[in-house]
Amino acid sequence: MTAPVALRRIGSQPRLLTGLVITVVVALVAIVGPWLAPYGENDIVGKPFTHEGSWLGTDYLGQDVWSRVLCGGGSILVISVLATALGMIVGVMIGVVAAYAGGWLDEAVMRLNDVALAFPQILLALLVLTAVDQPSWWMIVLLVGFSHAPRVARLARGVALGIVSRDYVTSAEALGESRLRVIMAEVLPNMNAPLLAEAGLRLTYSIGIVAGLGFLGFATNPGAADWGVMINENRLALLVQPWGVLAPVIIIGLFTVGTNLMADGIAQLAGRGD
Amino acid sequence: MTDLATKPTTPTAAPARSSGAGTAWLKWLARRLGLAVLTLWLCSVLVFFATAALGDPIRAILGKDYATSPERVATLTAELKLDQPLITRYLDWLGGLFTGNLGNSIANGLPVSQLVGDRIVNSAVLVLISAVVMIPVAFGIALISANARGKRTDGVIQIIMIVLAGLPEFVVGILLVALFSTTVLHVLPAVTIAGGGAPPWSKPGSMILPVLTLVIAVAPYVSRIVRSSLLEVLDSDYVELARLKGVPERIVLRKHALLNAIVPGIQVIALQLAWLAGGVVLVEYLFSYPGVGASLVDSVRNSDFPMVQVLAMTIAAVYVGVNLIADVLSILFTPRARTAIAS
Repeated sequence: MTAPVALRRIGSQPRLLTGLVITVVVALVAIVGPWLAPYGENDIVGKPFTHEGSWLGTDYLGQDVWSRVLCGGGSILVISVLATALGMIVGVMIGVVAAYAGGWLDEAVMRLNDVALAFPQILLALLVLTAVDQPSWWMIVLLVGFSHAPRVARLARGVALGIVSRDYVTSAEALGESRLRVIMAEVLPNMNAPLLAEAGLRLTYSIGIVAGLGFLGFATNPGAADWGVMINENRLALLVQPWGVLAPVIIIGLFTVGTNLMADGIAQLAGRGD
Repeated sequence: MTDLATKPTTPTAAPARSSGAGTAWLKWLARRLGLAVLTLWLCSVLVFFATAALGDPIRAILGKDYATSPERVATLTAELKLDQPLITRYLDWLGGLFTGNLGNSIANGLPVSQLVGDRIVNSAVLVLISAVVMIPVAFGIALISANARGKRTDGVIQIIMIVLAGLPEFVVGILLVALFSTTVLHVLPAVTIAGGGAPPWSKPGSMILPVLTLVIAVAPYVSRIVRSSLLEVLDSDYVELARLKGVPERIVLRKHALLNAIVPGIQVIALQLAWLAGGVVLVEYLFSYPGVGASLVDSVRNSDFPMVQVLAMTIAAVYVGVNLIADVLSILFTPRARTAIAS
């Protein structure tokens, strides 16, 4: 698929286009925000919970809310994207190998998968955080990524099962190609569309879980600006200074709505068979 | 925000031929029950090792005191039996799960079994009320949407559902709080306050926002799945025949289409109910609702791992149980699957 064709397809799908635009804008805010912020993320600009500072007022320590919104997206963006990538890679590997190998291996892998599915995703993260004093960012990446893996694996296995019985896979095997090469060259390239849609969906959930952990008060970097943690910090003053909470809530909401629209648009494109 | 990607599970394949219909049924049920027990046992292994073997519980409990008071480290280690081998501790704990001897909370020293009882009831009430509200709402939206397929109404409903489905549940909750209790209107309580151990539903007003949040978090998924299975049924030959016979469209929708969309509906509702068991974590925390979820967050923060283990097992058990019931129900509701088992 060449670039202009791809662009035209995206343009023909309003949901995908809208989602993409929203996602890119929020991601840009998260990336370049720190340079645009009028104050530093830890500068005290006035009394707590007042309208001092720039247009959104101050937070629980008297820091500028707008500056913290601009500075606080980077960690969520990076952690969510890495966790999604990890979950997709591990999940697709497990799913495709299970589908391709079949037999008892398939059965065993899928049983273990059921166990992992019995835990709501955030619960897995909470379980491990119980025995950890101060979570570090890579720990969140691992926990969220691994909680995605069984869900991705189930989907990938389903898609791969429809492919491994096709003639071109059988003929590749008959030519004596190695199992690894059959998976890499014949099976995976034919799974692109559903996997891309799944990745969009997983990114939506990643953002929700990562921001949710911050909202529950599990900060990876206490003191630093972070959209999820900001909600937790300023929650008590929702009545007097709502922007300390509403600004991060709205931007998290925009972000997940954008990625979800994108995932839905990709799924529709894939469903139409392009 | 819920998990749509985990598609409804198809019930385990039925044995092809067997002596009587009754025994075939029992065999299928026994296999399904066995699987549920196996899953729960593996869950217990995962819960125990995730909380007790990764990280350092003592360091997490004592925080800054860890380095300064080695004698407290020693007493706590002995008290929690952390000096014993991991396998012994796991077996002790597993035995405790069966006998109801769940150990004591680290935070306040009370028996865990005494602390979690009320919490489980409170969460169950919250989830059940949400489900009772959510199911007719979701089916209603799906019916309206399917009936107006391709028209503007359908398009608008679809967009709203996708947007709502994308929002994390705590975002929905906070926006509702801002809308109804703090910033715009001041009509509903923002937190659950039930003093003196009274159950939260003794103040029904404080239940409205948590229930509304959970309904908004879950209904979009259910209605989308029900809509697409409705559309599938509406395109089938027997619905076409009913229309040709002159059956009014309203009755076609209700009798021919809706009834056939119930089975996929059951599967997705089960998944969502199971999801609610965990999704309540953030919502209960947000509204200070005295349930399993809020308790779990507090316990995780206090590194109160006897509590965390029991609460996590409760949530996993709900999930496994709900899925089991859903599988049995969808077999009962699908004549084709029923005969496949019985013949």
